[in-house]
Formats: sequence, structure tokens, C-alpha cells
Amino acid sequence: MKNLNLYNYILTIADNSLILAQRLGELCGHGPNLETDIALTNISLDLLGQTRSYYQYAAKISGEDKTEDDIAFLRIEREYKNCLLVEQPNTHFGHVIGRQFLFDSYHLMLMEKLQDSPDETLAAIAKKGIKEVSYHKRFSSDWVKRLGDGTEESNAKMQEAIDDLWHYTDELFFMTEAEKVLAEDGIGVDISTFKKKYYEEVSEILKEATLSVPENKYFAKGGKEGVHTEYMGYIMADLQYMQRTYPNMTW
Amino acid sequence: MVRPYFTLSAPDSCRDEGFLIYKNKLLTETAKIQSHLIPVLKTVSDPEIPVLSVLDLGVIREAIEENGIVKIKLTPTYSGCPAMDVIADDLKAAFSEISKKAEVELVLSPAWSTDWISEEGLQKMEEYGIARPLSESHDKDVLLGEKKMVKCPQCGSTNTHLVSQFGSTACKALFKCDDCQETFDYFKCLK
Repeated sequence: MKNLNLYNYILTIADNSLILAQRLGELCGHGPNLETDIALTNISLDLLGQTRSYYQYAAKISGEDKTEDDIAFLRIEREYKNCLLVEQPNTHFGHVIGRQFLFDSYHLMLMEKLQDSPDETLAAIAKKGIKEVSYHKRFSSDWVKRLGDGTEESNAKMQEAIDDLWHYTDELFFMTEAEKVLAEDGIGVDISTFKKKYYEEVSEILKEATLSVPENKYFAKGGKEGVHTEYMGYIMADLQYMQRTYPNMTW
Repeated sequence: MVRPYFTLSAPDSCRDEGFLIYKNKLLTETAKIQSHLIPVLKTVSDPEIPVLSVLDLGVIREAIEENGIVKIKLTPTYSGCPAMDVIADDLKAAFSEISKKAEVELVLSPAWSTDWISEEGLQKMEEYGIARPLSESHDKDVLLGEKKMVKCPQCGSTNTHLVSQFGSTACKALFKCDDCQETFDYFKCLK
């Protein structure tokens, strides 16, 4: 495939949005209350919309006879480039919020850089995305503070979630081959440039939420290179069931 | 034959080689819409807010007839808005009724803003029961629950509070009036 690096780069960003959208979509009708149920599925919808824009672009530049649906539904697990963080399960509401908060903080910083890309399509998706993602981040960081600075139980659960998810954060800044090449070309974002800012900002909000910032030195990675956690297979089963069972079905 | 573009109180400075280019009220963005296509475009509405036509909503960025084909550029309000697919289909259907073929292209840049909703659209929205977007800074204040400024579309009171930052669609938040006790949608400011 020509444009292979650009193609992989687009998927590296887009797959995060797809898999997180799928995770949040699982909560449809199962949120802890009506307002958060609606909020989480609204966020899911925004992410799915962004995913579609990325996949349509990837399909176009692939030079192959692909559609956005092929990219979304017909790859095997090892071909998905999402980070491990977004595939983590909805264990309890603290985990849902913790995962969202840790991802939104990163996502917004990425979009803010990507909007300056000389690639017009990526810049346009990012500009549109910033408006949505900043709203997501407002929601998730509000909840981190509310739960962290809430009751003894909510604090303990929020802390548990942050502790569980923390060791997936370093991978957000792991640069794949495609990311390195695109960053050198000036089209992609050098994500290492905002790593320090990310941890500072996240730590500040955790402190405000009276939560402690985890200090573990061990970090997991692999998702961005297709090596996923055991949860990914189940996500694939849900996500791909219809297309695999009824090939080329449409609504 | 080149047909004239649609205009809505466009100042003379916007006139260019016989074309009238519609500019929104803040004169920051232009939409190029040929005036003979307006009557058809007016019949296509947002499926979620049926009182608003696609023109009121400001999602049509370009509508030009070339060689018998109507080429339309449509911009989404939110990336994942499911109404966009429906609107694209409705546009094609509306033009096919007058035996014209329409092609709809989705454009993302420049990103849609609530400033592009026409004044007429804002009024229709309020009559329909959706509170209109406030300015950007006021919007932030009300969505953080810090100020009471959103006017209840039922009774007009501003004694209202935020129930949920996310509402029935991506573009709205849910509010409740503390005077008439009705819940209502607030169209979030997007800039």
C-alpha cells in the first residue's frame, strides 16, 4: 500500500476513539443514573463520529478498494492499534470515569497539536474534535473531583480505578514507527512533547480530587503495536458479530 | 448560465461579480447558495428539530447547480450526529422530487458553530421549546452550574438549573425551570 505510514498513523489515532466508543456504548441503558447514561453514550457518539471521519480518510488514501466499514469491522485483533487504556473494562463507575479522564486529558492535548497539521483533513477532524473533546474532559474531570472528594467509599473506589489504570498511561506516549515517521515529516504530532504537561495536569486534578497520584514504575504497553489485553477479543466479538455473520449487511 | 447566490442582508461589500454571497450575522464565514435552490432547501429540516430547516441551522455551506446536478456541501453540527446521514438522504429526495440529481459532500472545515444558526432559526427553536445558545462565556458558566441565565422556553423565567450537561442529542444539555417545574433542552453554544 502506498501511504502506508499515513494510513497506520490515522488508525493509531482512530482506533482509540472506536474502541472507547464501543466500551462506552456498552453502558447504553446501564449507566448508574439517567444523566450519566446519556452523557456517556453522547461521548461515545462523538468518538464514533470522529472515528468515521478518520476511517473515511484512511479508506480514501489507502488506494485500495476499502470502505470505512471494512476498516472498522473486518480487521483481526492484531491489526487494531488502540492503546491498552481504552479497552479496559467498565468494572465500576470509578473505572469508567478514570479511564475517560486519563484518556480525555491526553486526547485534548493531541487534538490541540493535530489541528496545526499541514494535512488538511487531519487538521479539520482535530479542529472539530477539540470542541467535543474539551466537553468530554470537563465531564470526566468534574466526576473525578466529585467522586474523589466525595464520601469515603467514593474516594476509595475512584482511587482504586486510578491505581488500576495508571500503568496504561505511559503507553499513550509510546511512539510507533508510523508516528515517528509522520512526526519527522511534520504531518503527525510528536506526542513526547506534551508528556510532561500531561502528567502535571492529570496530577493536579487528582490532587484537587484529594486522590493520591500513583507512583508505580511499571507500565504496560503493546496495544499500539497490536498486542492487546485479554479484553480485546471480547470487544471484537461484540463489535464484529454482525459483519462477520452477515457479510456486507447494511442497515 | 450562472445563477445568483442567495443573500440574507448581505452588505454591498459581499457582492462580487454579480453573485450575492450569503454571510452569517458575524460575517466570519460565508455560505455559497444559489438562490433558485433555496425553496427546495427550505423544505428539508433537521430530523431532531423539525421546525428548523437546514438553512436555519447553517449546515449547508454550498449549494450550486452545475450541468443539471445540484452539488451540496454539508457540515455536521457534531462529528457523530446521526441526523447528518438522514439530512443527506432527505436533500437528495427533495431534489429528486423536482427531477434533479443532488450530490452531497460532507465537509468538516471550517467547523460548524452555533453562530451559524439564523436569527429566524433561533426564534423557531425557542417557540419549539428549546432554549437558544448563550454566548461562549455565559454558556460555560451555566454548564458548570455557576449561574442561572438560561431562559425557560415555557415560562420565560431564568430561575433554571442544569440537570445534565448532555441532553437528548449531542447538541443539547438538559435544564429544569424552578418556577414552572418543566424540564427543557438547551442548545449548547459551540464555537
